[in-house]
Amino acid sequence: MTISTQSFAYVADLVRRETSMLYDPGKEYLVEARLLPLAREAGHGDVDAYIASLRTDVVQRRRAIDALTINETSWFRDNAPYQVFTDELLPPILSARAHTRRISVWSAACSSGQEIYSIAMLLHEHLPPGWTTDLLATDVSTAMLDRVEKGRYSQVEMNRGMPAPRLVRWFSRVGAEWEVSADLRAQVRTRHLNLAAPFPFGLAPTGGFDVIFLRNVLIYFDLETKRDILRRVRDLVAPDGVLILGSSESSLDLDQQWTREAIGRVQVHRPVGARATAYTPPALQGA
Amino acid sequence: MLALIIDDSRAMRMILRRIVTGLGFEAIEAGHGREALDHLERGRVPDVCLIDWNMPVMDGYAFVTEVRSRPEWRHITLMMVTTESEHGQIVKALAAGAHEYVIKPFTPEAITEKLELLGLVRDGALV
Repeated sequence: MTISTQSFAYVADLVRRETSMLYDPGKEYLVEARLLPLAREAGHGDVDAYIASLRTDVVQRRRAIDALTINETSWFRDNAPYQVFTDELLPPILSARAHTRRISVWSAACSSGQEIYSIAMLLHEHLPPGWTTDLLATDVSTAMLDRVEKGRYSQVEMNRGMPAPRLVRWFSRVGAEWEVSADLRAQVRTRHLNLAAPFPFGLAPTGGFDVIFLRNVLIYFDLETKRDILRRVRDLVAPDGVLILGSSESSLDLDQQWTREAIGRVQVHRPVGARATAYTPPALQGA
Repeated sequence: MLALIIDDSRAMRMILRRIVTGLGFEAIEAGHGREALDHLERGRVPDVCLIDWNMPVMDGYAFVTEVRSRPEWRHITLMMVTTESEHGQIVKALAAGAHEYVIKPFTPEAITEKLELLGLVRDGALV
C-alpha cells in the first residue's frame, strides 16, 4: 500500500515549509516507511489517517517532521573525510592554534550523533595534552538532539562502522544498548538548528569554527537554499578554517566565495581569501 | 581474495557467503574451528576469516588463539561475527588477536563497512 497523492503532497509541503527539505514525487515509500511506526503508535489504521491528523495535532506534526528529517548514518562514515581530518587538517590547526590550544568543530545536521562522537574520539586520540575542544552538534530534529545527549546506540547501529578497539575503549553496555562514555558526552554541546533559517547569534565561537562538517544534507535543499546556507556558513568558519561537504556535494556553481582543494578523495572547502596555515611536514623540517 | 566463513549455522554461512562473494571474494566454509584449521593446514590460507564464537568441536576464540600462535598465518585478518555481545568478550577476542568484531544481528552494510575498515574493500569492491 502506498499513501495517497494528497497525503504525500501535504507532508512534502509541510516538511518544505518547516525545514526547506525537499520530498520529491517518487519518495512516497520513504514517507510511508518513516511515518508508519508513528501512525501505529498513535492508533491509526493507516498512514493516510495519521497524516490527516497532523493538520490539527501539533505534537504529532513535530514528531512527523522529526521522523522525516533523520538521516541514516554510521560511525566514521565514508572514512576518507576522517582520515583527511586527522592526517591533513589537524597538523596545521595544531600549529595555528598553539597559543589558545583549543580546537572547534561543528557537526551541522548531526543526526543521531555518530559524526560528532567519531570526531570527539579522533581528537582524544590525536590532540596533544593540554588542548581543549569546542564540539557543537546541531540538527533540525529535537528527537535526534535528545539521542545525541543520551549517547545511546543499538547493537545494529554500533555494527555500522565502529571499529572494535574504539567500541571497547569508549562505550559501555547499558541493557541492550551501548552508551558513549561520559567524557565524550560532556565534550559535545547540542543545539536545535534549522539550517535553512538565519543562524542565531553566538552559534560560532569567537574567531569561527576551525572545521565544519556539513555532510550529506545540502542534497535535501533546493538550489537557492543551498546557496544561502553556504553563504551563511561562510560567516561562521574561521578565516583559515575548512568546510567538509558530503562526497557527492560541492560548493562549485553554488557559492564562488569558497575555494576547493582535493585532498585524496575528499574535497575541502576554504573561504576565499583564506590560505591554508603554513605547515611543514615533520620529514621536511630542517631540510 | 579468499574469505573463510566459520559458523556452525549453515544458514548464517550462506548469508555471509552471499555478502562477501558480492564484494568479489572467493568463499570457503567451515562448520567449526577445527574444520577451519584443516583448510589452513591443507594450504587453503584465506585473506580473511569471519568467525562465529560458539561452535562445537572448536569454538571461535580457540580458533583465533590457534591461528595467532602460528607465525606463518600472522597475515590473516580475523573478524568475529557472533552473538556474544558483552564488553569483556570483545576485549578478550581483540586481545587474542581478532582485528574486528561484528555482533549478530547485522546488516550486509555492517559487514561491508568492517571489511572497508580492515582495508580489504573500498567502494563496495575488493581493494
